[in-house]
Amino acid sequence: MGDVCIIGIGIHPFGRTEGMSGVDQGVFAVRQAMQDAGLEWKDVQFAYGASDAAGNPDTMVDQLGLTGVQFINVRNGCAAGGSALFSAQMAIKSGEAEIGLAVGFDKHPRGAFDAKPAEYNLPEWYGEAGYMVTTQFFACKIMRYMALNGISRKTLGLVAEKAFRNGSRAPHAWRREPVPLDVILDGPMVSDPYSKYMFCSPAEGGVALLLASEKKARELGITPIRLKAATMRTRPPGSFEVFAPSTDVDGGGTATSIASRDAFEIAGIGPSDIDVAQLQDTEAGAELMHMAENGFCKAGEQESWLAQGLTELDGSLPVNTDGGCLACGEPIGASGLRQVYENVVQLRGQGGARQVQGDPKTAYSHVYGAPGVSAVTILER
Amino acid sequence: MDAIAEGLFTPENPPRLIGGRDRETGRIVFPCPANDRFEPVPLSRTGTLWSYTIQRFRPKSPPYAGPEAFEPYPIGYVELPGETIVEARLTGVDFDAICIGMKLEFEPAPFDKADGESVLIPAFRPAAGAQAEAA
Repeated sequence: MGDVCIIGIGIHPFGRTEGMSGVDQGVFAVRQAMQDAGLEWKDVQFAYGASDAAGNPDTMVDQLGLTGVQFINVRNGCAAGGSALFSAQMAIKSGEAEIGLAVGFDKHPRGAFDAKPAEYNLPEWYGEAGYMVTTQFFACKIMRYMALNGISRKTLGLVAEKAFRNGSRAPHAWRREPVPLDVILDGPMVSDPYSKYMFCSPAEGGVALLLASEKKARELGITPIRLKAATMRTRPPGSFEVFAPSTDVDGGGTATSIASRDAFEIAGIGPSDIDVAQLQDTEAGAELMHMAENGFCKAGEQESWLAQGLTELDGSLPVNTDGGCLACGEPIGASGLRQVYENVVQLRGQGGARQVQGDPKTAYSHVYGAPGVSAVTILER
Repeated sequence: MDAIAEGLFTPENPPRLIGGRDRETGRIVFPCPANDRFEPVPLSRTGTLWSYTIQRFRPKSPPYAGPEAFEPYPIGYVELPGETIVEARLTGVDFDAICIGMKLEFEPAPFDKADGESVLIPAFRPAAGAQAEAA
């Protein structure tokens, strides 16, 4: 059996779009993907749609056409987009369908995500005392990681500086202006060691990916991007996760390590074979930790990697080539699919000012979210 | 002053945190879940700082029940040896003096709610002995 292939991509720019609903932004992305593949809506046999806070994705058939298409809504926290893609590729792998859609969009209110204790099976006092704050967790996580692995605060700043520089070259990014390192480091503090420039913000946006069987892609005359692996995993025992009143002394693995290991095994390649990577960077330290958790370097090596610019567009492993979550913001339903969109752009050589050098052939994407979920894809051309 | 919720502190003076021990695996968590699988156990009064941050902005209400006026405060994860790592406020220490590995001891701290009520929440402060050592 052949590979599942990505034959069309579309994106609605991330950020804030007044007067346009999340569903509208999803529809915009789907139309662009269909145009990209040279297909019409009636050709699409099924869809998986992801949204966390912007309504039911299947309502977009009102605008796309009432073809009777099978349309399944996916809500799975930060892994919603990755889960939609995983499900879509399974439908094609199984032989049930030949052409399908994975779409994700979202539109969040301004400010930090609004979490309630009961949604996480936590007692009310935990929220009353001020612990239902995601930024607290991310700050505590990196504070320990830095102490154990010799990572400096300047390196956090270098991650953010790179994100805004890459974002300034990506038409779909939200933050399009470079920010100098000293402004990032001296910016208003949110939760130590992080300043406001080191956290991404909830945002809006939509992404659509059209998938097809290899046979169908060939019939259509499309040069496909092959989806060599797509994995979604939940956390192992002992992992340290958001909204944790306590965590185990012995520690443990992470959902990311499992999703990554399994994806490499399925694809039959290793981290050193990857040419470009999009790694979850909801905060600057996440990109660093995920470089190691996904197997690209050892914990602690990030300090020299960033100092040497190895993750820059012209480095040995460009990371977050469109500025990632830091520059694009995080519309939850769309965020994981944006990473795959960006990888397809890079593999096609269509990255323009942000195109990585050396004719990339393999690309990796990674999402991580609460409470300990992770989704990974590996693409090849 | 009452605790912010029942079942968090032992009734002794000074109190300890109450954790929950999994009756099958022995794993200890905090707080003690309200189900038969876990039995309440008093946790160590002393521990070391595992990690920390400074909360620099007022958390959203709801669920945050603190006063409208906001002052940044430190929170930490405190390792109670051989038991678990608990999240709590840090008190009685300058932000600049906080460091991972410092010795801490448990002492509930007053928390003034926006509705005028004052309650006690879990908190740790530098251990008396550790301060003497540092001096």
